[in-house]
Amino acid sequence: MSTFTKITATEAKIFLRSPFMAVAGVLLPSILLLAIGAIPGMTKPSDAAGGYRFIDAWVPSLVVISLAMLALQSIPAAVAAYREQGVLRRLATTPVHPANLLVAQLVIHVVVALAGIALLLGLANTVYDVPLPKHPLMFAVTLLLGVVSTFSLGLITASIAGTAKSANGLAMLTFVPIMFFGGVYLPRPLLPSVLQRIGDYVPPGSQPLQDTWVGTGVQPLQLAALAAFAVLGTALAARLFRWE
Amino acid sequence: MPLIEVTDLRKQYGNRVAVDGVSFTVERGEIFGILGTNGAGKTTTVECLQGLRHADGGTISVLGLDPAADHTELTRRVGVQLQESQLPAKLRVREALELFASFYPQSADIDVLLDQLDLRDHARSYFGKLSGGQKQRVSIALALVGQPELAILDELTTGLDPHARRETWQLVEGVRAAGVTVLLVTHFMDEAERLCDRVAIFDAGRVVATGTPAELRESANASTLDDAFVSLTRSVR
Repeated sequence: MSTFTKITATEAKIFLRSPFMAVAGVLLPSILLLAIGAIPGMTKPSDAAGGYRFIDAWVPSLVVISLAMLALQSIPAAVAAYREQGVLRRLATTPVHPANLLVAQLVIHVVVALAGIALLLGLANTVYDVPLPKHPLMFAVTLLLGVVSTFSLGLITASIAGTAKSANGLAMLTFVPIMFFGGVYLPRPLLPSVLQRIGDYVPPGSQPLQDTWVGTGVQPLQLAALAAFAVLGTALAARLFRWE
Repeated sequence: MPLIEVTDLRKQYGNRVAVDGVSFTVERGEIFGILGTNGAGKTTTVECLQGLRHADGGTISVLGLDPAADHTELTRRVGVQLQESQLPAKLRVREALELFASFYPQSADIDVLLDQLDLRDHARSYFGKLSGGQKQRVSIALALVGQPELAILDELTTGLDPHARRETWQLVEGVRAAGVTVLLVTHFMDEAERLCDRVAIFDAGRVVATGTPAELRESANASTLDDAFVSLTRSVR
């Protein structure tokens, strides 16, 4: 087994031994979907939602919840804890670069996020007849960009937070806006149009996700914005990163 | 050729000079102590030896390597126990040893290591559930798992009760008996007197004295290393 595989396997075990994040990341979006679906009227077409059903508008927002929790809260807290405990410093005295630990954490969190999204889509489709993405390939590309751009924002927080506690506080600076623009607090069709437009361009890309989903065709500029977030975020995180 | 050779090492953080022209050598097979109060420059010096920090001036040779340039090669041959370094609470002792063993080209037998450090009964325990002494023993085990030629042990017994301290001292003697050179960073004089063949006393970023504990007592005309330390470091202030 390669060293990186060994690190990832060990980190995955540790991650699953405090299962709150894993369970929440995988199940929470689906549980919320079922809760929303149980509200009368949510599964019927509505004029306020532009003829769509509210439940259709909610699904991308539920993707946002899962990604925001894992990328913007869980990773920064985990990395900051390792920094606080001296784990990163300790690793720097071995032949293995501490970056292996960060990448292992990323892999684990992305897998959990994708599992949560897959479960959500499956459930939305089977229980509420929310159709599966019309453009599966473009949806996958958009989702990948959305995942990477959101995690890159989380990495910025992870880079600068000195302790797990300060990571939780700092995480709110990205977590709340991303949840807001992603339509988690209020469905996006109900947001003022200016805020909706901003939301079109910020991670994890609720609008392009929805567009590829319903098959209306995605705006290249929105994808470019996600890519820019991903590149600039990762670069900034790498620049700000401290081992201790 | 000495195992460690430090010549005129300098390091400053902003305007604060942390290490101000430090020189010393450590021979193969020695237990060498770096003594000093907090802020004397011990930890910075050791971090430069490990290649974790880059010196502003002077030269360092560890196992014939330049720690800044040959960091990866150095890490394969030097085992480190860091002051106040923790492991994830939900990592089991054996898992930690197996993980760290996978980092090195030639690792020690983990069962032998568990026996040596009296951790056999705790192999399946979570690191977070261990006592201070047990954590320290795990930390030493991790420093030895790569079969190093040099072990750097920083503030090894801080926070341990007297029994645990004595057990740890025996361990360090065992490590040396196995042929590993030990660099011990401490501010406990009894520990240095008991364990070290030679010590360097650090004060305000400089080495104010080097020698065997007996030599230092003699030169300072003191009955204990503790007294010698106080008089040697006070004279500089």
